[in-house]
Amino acid sequence: MSAVLEIAGLQKTYRSRKGVRKALDGFDMVVEAGQVHGFLGPNGSGKTTTLRTLLGLIRPNGGRMAILGREVPQALPEVAGSVGAIVESPQFFGNFSAQDTLSLLADAGGVPRTRVFEVLELVGLRDRSKDRVKTYSLGMKQRLAVASALLKNPKLLILDEPANGLDPGGIREMRGLMAGLAESGMTVLLSSHILGEIQLICDSVTIIAAGRRVAAGSVAEVLATHASTSLRVRLEAVSDLTSSAAALRDAGAQVVVEPDHLMVSGLAQPSAVTRTLAERGVYVSELSPVTADLESVFLELTGTAPVEGSNRQVDQTVMAQAGGWGR
Amino acid sequence: MSLYTAETRRLGKRRFTKFLLGGVVLVLIAIAVGMFFANEKNTPATVAAAQAKADSEYQAAVRQSAQDKQTCVAAQGTPDASNWPPSCDDVYQPQTSDFQAAWYMPATFDFREQFPNMITAMAAIVAVAAFVIGASFVGAEWASGGMMNLLLWRPRRLQVLGTKLGALLVALTGLTVLLSAAWTGAFALIAGLRGSLDSMTSGAWQSILLMELRGLAVVLAAGAIGFGLASIGRHTAVAMGVAVGVVVLLQFGLYIVLSMANVGFAEVVLATTWGTAWMNKTATVTDWNSCNFSGNGGCTPDELIVNWPAAGGGLAALLVVVVGIALWTIRSRDIT
Ligand SMILES: Nc1ncnc2c1ncn2[C@@H]1O[C@H](COP(=O)(O)OP(=O)(O)OP(=O)(O)O)[C@@H](O)[C@H]1O
Ligand SMILES: [Mg+2]
Repeated sequence: MSAVLEIAGLQKTYRSRKGVRKALDGFDMVVEAGQVHGFLGPNGSGKTTTLRTLLGLIRPNGGRMAILGREVPQALPEVAGSVGAIVESPQFFGNFSAQDTLSLLADAGGVPRTRVFEVLELVGLRDRSKDRVKTYSLGMKQRLAVASALLKNPKLLILDEPANGLDPGGIREMRGLMAGLAESGMTVLLSSHILGEIQLICDSVTIIAAGRRVAAGSVAEVLATHASTSLRVRLEAVSDLTSSAAALRDAGAQVVVEPDHLMVSGLAQPSAVTRTLAERGVYVSELSPVTADLESVFLELTGTAPVEGSNRQVDQTVMAQAGGWGR
Repeated sequence: MSLYTAETRRLGKRRFTKFLLGGVVLVLIAIAVGMFFANEKNTPATVAAAQAKADSEYQAAVRQSAQDKQTCVAAQGTPDASNWPPSCDDVYQPQTSDFQAAWYMPATFDFREQFPNMITAMAAIVAVAAFVIGASFVGAEWASGGMMNLLLWRPRRLQVLGTKLGALLVALTGLTVLLSAAWTGAFALIAGLRGSLDSMTSGAWQSILLMELRGLAVVLAAGAIGFGLASIGRHTAVAMGVAVGVVVLLQFGLYIVLSMANVGFAEVVLATTWGTAWMNKTATVTDWNSCNFSGNGGCTPDELIVNWPAAGGGLAALLVVVVGIALWTIRSRDIT
């Protein structure tokens, strides 16, 4: 396998009158050929900034990037023909129809105009393609955006929140579309907040928080390395819960006491639970592993799990000190 | 090349362009029709009628003068005498030269005399349209995000903006050449039917052609400046705002302040002065406050002559600055 996309040590600092903001702080990413790669991160963590930098829309302050083995932004004019992208719900000139919009892009990029009808069919806009874009719903605009990215029949497809505004049917279609594209050899980089979706369709993921990579690898790997799989422990007698929790803590486990059971994590073997409790004459009625999903791993890694009684602000993540306005 | 065709197509597809061009054509037609009905050809009958009118006016003036003289004489020695000259021989005596037939002729369209002003009028109207079309062509693209989309396809930014500008200028050139040809034809026809083409020598036609070329230059400059301003501000409204600001502040505001301060040659700040200089080859600005006593006891004010090379140089400098900044900003800015 070869890398279609490589990013190393990417830095981007936005300057404005209020000061400077480090949006990317040494970010790394690798996407292998033929994969559907998920790009996850909380709001404001730098996903869109990464994609814009990659596509030459903004200038990085440091770091290296390569697409299809070519250094960008230097080689961007040559690789642009093989990269289809949408960046954060793109807008189109409202008074043109979808067909006009796409055929103008096709002309500008030297793509045959017959391809326009193919992609309109593909995203389900065929019958509305002569309407002005202004009259489209959010999801229809999003479909048009995807169509514009597919127009070039790219080797690398970059989609920033493509599911934004799609109806459930549309999301499922998008999933099918992406599976089909990946099967045909296209590499897809997909940023999304719908983690269930990502878990379903992505081969691998990169998680970003505060401009840095906090996890990367295949979905299974990320889940295995970062999920502290916990155990649900039910006891014969509910009255034993508190004392048992203390005993398990003494044995080195993290324990959360729930009304009728314990959540135990941090033990190497589940048998440690039964042994510890049996030694004290307490017997276990249920011992079941609770596997973490991508969502809980994401929340743990990015430190963005909601905490009761407080309103988390957008820049409060694991690396809060790295972001924020500074001078 | 593919980008160029796409941009030309985009320009032609825009409803705004179509509406504006329709408006320009309607205004031009209205002017031509107005000029057609406001003028009449000189026939022997109109000449004779004008002569008769001049003669009868002269006779009436002579009668009035004689009557005035009588009243004057009668008034001598009464308080009314102060209303009359001391010597009643000084009462105005009409001369035949004061009543020329030419002044009683209906207006007639002398092509050589009047068509140059028509060229300037057309150039001004088309230039305003070109400014707005140029501004909205790139302004709407920036504001709607279409420009960003295009840059994902063609990452060479200078090439993209340059090609867009090129497509605009080529289209404006074609448009202006067509309109100029139609305009010249229409007024040649009007002159033929309602005036005269008599004094049109080949030299005169040549200078008409050169003037139309200068008009084309104004149209292209206006289009490029509108385009550049809208691209710098990434919105059509920026170009419009700058245009309105310049007119209000620099033209009216500055001119009024300078005039009130009695600064000489205040008209030099007016764009119309420079426009006239460019189109008519010279424009004269007068300092009405100055007075050079001349031989016959009168006062001739100072004059400043603005020549067309100066006006053209000014326009070119403005063009280079605006387009230069537009190209520089698209090269260096973050597109978010
Ligand atoms: N043009 C800009 N000027 C200044 N700061 C910016 C600009 N664009 C983005 N930022 C900042 O950079 C950081 C990263 O933003 P970015 O848009 O990359 O986030 P994101 O990961 O795409 O978030 P989301 O999930 O909400 O789309 C944010 O803190 C944002 O405020
Ligand atoms: Mg984003």
